[in-house]
Amino acid sequence: MNILMLGWELPPHNSGGLGVACFQMSKALALQGARIEFVLPYRAEHPSAHFMTIRSATALSPLHRYGSGAYDSARLTLEEVPSDTHDLRGVQKRYISYVEKTVAGRTDIDAIHAHDWLTMEAGMRAKQLTDAPLIVHVHATEYDRAGAERGNPLVHDIEQQGLLMADRIIAVSHITKSLIVSRYGIPADKIEVIHNALDVESLANHHYDTRTYAYLEDLKRHGYTVVSTVTRFTVQKGLAHFLRAAARASEKYDKLVFLLAGDGEQRDELLQLSADLGIADKVFFTGFVRGRQWRDAYNVADIFVMSSVSEPFGITALEAAYHDNAVIITKQSGVGEVLHNVFRYDFWDVDALADRLVAVAGSQPLRDALRQNVAYEYSKISWHSVAEQCLQLYGRLRPAAGRLAL
Amino acid sequence: MSQRGITLYLHVHQPWRVKPYSVFHLAGDHQYFNGTHGDMNNEAVFHKVAEKSYRPMNALLEKLLHEHPDFKLSLSITGTFLEQAEAWAPDVVASFQRLVATGRVEIVAETYQHSLAFFYSRPEFERQVEQHRHKVEQLFGVRPTAFRNTELAYNDELATWADGAGYKAILAEGWGPVLGWRSPNYMYRPTGTSHIKLLLKNYQLSDDLAFRFGDTSWKDWPLTPEKYAHWIDESMQSAPLMNLFMDYETFGEHQWHDTGIFTFFGSFVRHWLEDGHGTFHTVSGAAEAFGASDEISAPHTITWADTERDLTAWLGNSMQQEAMKYLYELEHRVLHSGDHQLISDWRRLQTSDHAYYMCTKWFRDGDVHAYFSPYDSPYDAFLCYMNAIRDLRWRVMNDERIGGIHG
Repeated sequence: MNILMLGWELPPHNSGGLGVACFQMSKALALQGARIEFVLPYRAEHPSAHFMTIRSATALSPLHRYGSGAYDSARLTLEEVPSDTHDLRGVQKRYISYVEKTVAGRTDIDAIHAHDWLTMEAGMRAKQLTDAPLIVHVHATEYDRAGAERGNPLVHDIEQQGLLMADRIIAVSHITKSLIVSRYGIPADKIEVIHNALDVESLANHHYDTRTYAYLEDLKRHGYTVVSTVTRFTVQKGLAHFLRAAARASEKYDKLVFLLAGDGEQRDELLQLSADLGIADKVFFTGFVRGRQWRDAYNVADIFVMSSVSEPFGITALEAAYHDNAVIITKQSGVGEVLHNVFRYDFWDVDALADRLVAVAGSQPLRDALRQNVAYEYSKISWHSVAEQCLQLYGRLRPAAGRLAL
Repeated sequence: MSQRGITLYLHVHQPWRVKPYSVFHLAGDHQYFNGTHGDMNNEAVFHKVAEKSYRPMNALLEKLLHEHPDFKLSLSITGTFLEQAEAWAPDVVASFQRLVATGRVEIVAETYQHSLAFFYSRPEFERQVEQHRHKVEQLFGVRPTAFRNTELAYNDELATWADGAGYKAILAEGWGPVLGWRSPNYMYRPTGTSHIKLLLKNYQLSDDLAFRFGDTSWKDWPLTPEKYAHWIDESMQSAPLMNLFMDYETFGEHQWHDTGIFTFFGSFVRHWLEDGHGTFHTVSGAAEAFGASDEISAPHTITWADTERDLTAWLGNSMQQEAMKYLYELEHRVLHSGDHQLISDWRRLQTSDHAYYMCTKWFRDGDVHAYFSPYDSPYDAFLCYMNAIRDLRWRVMNDERIGGIHG
């Protein structure tokens, strides 16, 4: 089974969960015998991705693969010059022509698996040129990224086309599936839900270094509860609501501190808001973290909050659960479909989040119950099973290609 | 009757800028001021400004003092500046000492740390003024008799305090709403005081040098010594004073050498004295020479900054207010620790520049050119500073070895 995988990023050059999901899914597929060609828009070393063939569509460095961020489509306009690879649209055009050249005349591709709008056009072209089935994998739509606003119409149009052209659509949650049905008018039976998973192995061999967040560890020794979130600071993530809830909770329970691990265009606004709310000294901003600082952001935390306004899945909640955090997520987060031993609240309900924060911080038995029970849940889901579901799906689509071969 | 004259007062200051101090430095690295990159490298900044401003300007001042027995000026030199100069440029300290040794260069009192302590803690404010007095006596062998507060932040309460502390004179901005119909070119008495005199900055003529001198798009560019002297004459008419107050770094740093600022200044001093326009006074000299013409009241704080002439550049937004609140909340515990390094770091964090770097008012208006800061944004400044305060708090805790740490 030869899979042409079209993605925009892979660890260690990822800016979020999309890269992690693509990597883990490819790895699990490769372990089950699939041969994968993964096309990236940039050129870089990927030392732990030896299980597949990585192709670089451009000679750009990972840092230059988008003018304004992999997820930030707000600044993208139709007027932008395609030949200029300094902007995202230009890189995308290059990516498409590279994919066209790579697949032209080939008959060995069994499935084209395109991840999100960034690669959908390339996926459509590859389908036209090879007649191989196109699977569009939706990790997030423009509606999610825009934080429930309408978002960028150009991006929406690309998504619309890609979803229509796809032979099969994979949604990372039922939330995303119903969004694709309601917002893009796609028939529900064309969409399959395959939840993301957690690669326990890749997390297991890390030893927690208490010095990374020494100050927070010290606060914990003095009875403080560390509430964390690991995310991009964008409107999609609902962090302003999170901070308001933090302020509300701090009124009721003084020994709370909040670790906001990550970075993004909303950072300045959030800093200002924390000062406006009078809790600036309780809120810690790390900047962009990876490696030890990233893992230890989970390790130091007691409670993990996913405050997203719209979160198709939310792998970070699984990672937090693995790191023994009590997990609180919004009802608008897809990960809630696989984790049940968590608190759920509506993203706008500041009081509800504050209430749960105080409850979990104030009750050791509650915290322990949440941690222990969620552990049973994340241990049952795996990328292996994601890969199995993908392979079954490819298999069902193969007759089309088979007919061609006859 | 004393001769009319210019009261030139220059403010010399460098802060201890906080390095990019992140959550990962917290509770491990207690060095906040040892940045190594860009304008957060205090030593590199000091060397740069010393070369561009302190050395050439002091050489010029020394020459002018030597050539003109009537040339006088006043300086305020912050403790944070003196610490850096002693560490990295002893020759600069020595050149200031030579200026003061002429007897015609007055040192004006202020807080050692160039802080806004007056608005947060009177006892701490007094300790910093005392610390500065001690430093000035130690280095220059003089005891200041005139007072200026950080950023020329002034109100009636401060004047009353300075009067009670025995100062002969105090400085403030000659701001219209405070002056009313009156001119800044006279001596005044602050409301509610008995002895102290108030000297008000003539901001029009001060700013001609400090802000406009090198601006080629200014309608009066280029400014010549004759033109400037003529303007001063016009402004003074029969008044006795022309108070030119500005940052020392106007010379060579704000106005670069190639604007001709040094040549202009030397020629202007010569022209002013030799063509009989008038003389020069020190701040205390002027206070002794001229009686108060009227009483001035400033119930609300005025400063020498921005078009607002208030404290909003330092304490106008919630980040600044939060940061200062947390800093001053630590006062009792820091002082109680007896830990000299801790106390010194806490005081260095009081320097008003830190709060200024967090000012968003120019950022909001898109006028980022007005944002003089080593940081990329006010938000970055706030982040580093808050982390430093947290670490300071951690050290306080560690010293106390008891519970009860806050956030």
